[in-house]
Amino acid sequence: MTLTATTVTAPTARPRPPAGSRRAGRSRPSWRSPAYLFILPGFAVFSLVMVYPTVQAFLMSLQDFSLVATKPSQWIGLTNYLDALSDPVFWRALANSGVYMVVTVPGQMVLGLACAIALKNRLKGRSAFRIMVYIPVITSWVVVSILFKFLFQTEGGLVNFILTDVTHLGDSGVDWFNGRWTALVAICALGVWKGVGWTMIIFLAALQSVPDQLYEAAQVDGAGGLAQFWHVTLPSIRRTLLFITIMLVIGAFNVFISVSLMTGGGPANQTQVPLTYLYRQAFNFLDFGYGSAIAFMLTALIALFSAVQFRLGDKAAEEAIA
Amino acid sequence: MTTRHRTRPHTTVRASQRRRRRWLTAGRYLVLSLASLVSLGPLVYLLLVSSRENAYSLTSPADLLTGRHSLANYRQAWIAGDLAQSFLNSIVLAVGTTGLVVLLGSMMAYGFARFRFPGRGLLFALIVVELMVPSIMLIIPQFILARDLHLLDSRWGLLLVYVGTNLAFNTFLLRGFFAGVPVELEESMRIDGAGPWRRYWQLMLPLAKPALATCAIFSFLGAWDEYVWTMTIISSPDKRTLPLTIALFSGAHQTNWGLTFAASAIALIPVLVVFFCCQRQFVGGITAGALKS
Repeated sequence: MTLTATTVTAPTARPRPPAGSRRAGRSRPSWRSPAYLFILPGFAVFSLVMVYPTVQAFLMSLQDFSLVATKPSQWIGLTNYLDALSDPVFWRALANSGVYMVVTVPGQMVLGLACAIALKNRLKGRSAFRIMVYIPVITSWVVVSILFKFLFQTEGGLVNFILTDVTHLGDSGVDWFNGRWTALVAICALGVWKGVGWTMIIFLAALQSVPDQLYEAAQVDGAGGLAQFWHVTLPSIRRTLLFITIMLVIGAFNVFISVSLMTGGGPANQTQVPLTYLYRQAFNFLDFGYGSAIAFMLTALIALFSAVQFRLGDKAAEEAIA
Repeated sequence: MTTRHRTRPHTTVRASQRRRRRWLTAGRYLVLSLASLVSLGPLVYLLLVSSRENAYSLTSPADLLTGRHSLANYRQAWIAGDLAQSFLNSIVLAVGTTGLVVLLGSMMAYGFARFRFPGRGLLFALIVVELMVPSIMLIIPQFILARDLHLLDSRWGLLLVYVGTNLAFNTFLLRGFFAGVPVELEESMRIDGAGPWRRYWQLMLPLAKPALATCAIFSFLGAWDEYVWTMTIISSPDKRTLPLTIALFSGAHQTNWGLTFAASAIALIPVLVVFFCCQRQFVGGITAGALKS
């Protein structure tokens, strides 16, 4: 849902004059500003639920955290972090979310862009198609995770039925959730299925804002459909491409509910992703410090990825202008 | 292209163009039909299973086309699964979250957009930073916090965290919107003697209706679908929300998918209703916004 929600941030990213600059010129910043009354109630909740736990998460990651009041928590420095770095399951979890990212990010982008291109111009039934492809986005992760688990069942699952009885691609059904890679296929399939509608909507908006004159000019220069796509469409929507990539990469690291409900990280921790693993460490083994350390490393990784992508995006933009 | 124009008579060029366009349209329909089929197929399948009597005896998807279909599973899930209570919890929590997030978020957004005060940069930076923090990363300290506040296994604990986690994004979104409203409008109201609260309530909020609607929809859906926090703190059956009930249901009635999917369909209905009622805000709002970038 966070991903869906973020769709609307793209718009606000346009440059604006500093907020209320005119007023600001007249009224000096003051501790008696009425703004505090507006900000205080919301910010109190926000601080309690978000800011304080963020600080707390960091402190806990440095402790052998104890849940009982009688036994105080021990400060153990970076031990939790070092433990994680030498924990093969942690690395496997990272690798799994890497696989998920490598499959679902391009998958959602290519399919979403294909749908957006098909929808760009007038067409009978256009809005109906748009709605149908968007519907998976608004479904609940819990419901569709259970649904996909059912579709990928070994006995009586729709996917195996299509593979064996309908298309005869295989003699016997695949035991999807019994192996790491086949289980990841099912998890990735759900990720792509649920995300295409979102990328489609964002791409569609971007495509419709490309001026027609650019295409007309390309046509005059004799550019065919493919050349137009490569030299007009893609460069024109590169900001959108960057935005979508960043959001999807963050989303890929955040995968949790689907893994938790489809495989529970199993068999034998084969399909753990960082979030399911940290949840298990915290709430099954009550190792809150270790879970927090994993959480912190993951956040750092996401921040790093976003920063690198922003850099690359800026560079690409500069080159395109130059 | 230009050479073709010169060498061929005009009519054939037009005909070939028309033919090409027809192929293009066919291709577009093909892509969109496939995408729609794949998008809706699993959900249609869910409805087929949920309405199939004796769904536990299903051995092959082909059986779905035979046998009796009725609402029996829905009735049974509603009664046996105690869905009514979960449904009520979900509705109350989603509506409460939406109201609080829209109110508190728009107040914060107005404060940030229209005033300068000491600490403004720092406070807003905190909001932006928290936008990037994955929500599950905070679940461990939030759990400790809820324990210390005696909010474990409590619906107030759910509401507090639902509101808190949705505030950052909505404040960010609305601040952008408010900042774009011309200052002159507010100035003239100020000259007429309207205080900040009246300007917020009578000018900014009505102007921001479309943005508020977007916030409301996403807060509602966020709360309606929330699962992880609920699963972490709720243990009493009468305090569960729909996603938790459905997840537990599928675990307990492993073989009876008909019941699980009937419960799932019940949870999907309000979402689809909101979606179809507020399509403008959904798709249109996103589209209109993205055009500006």
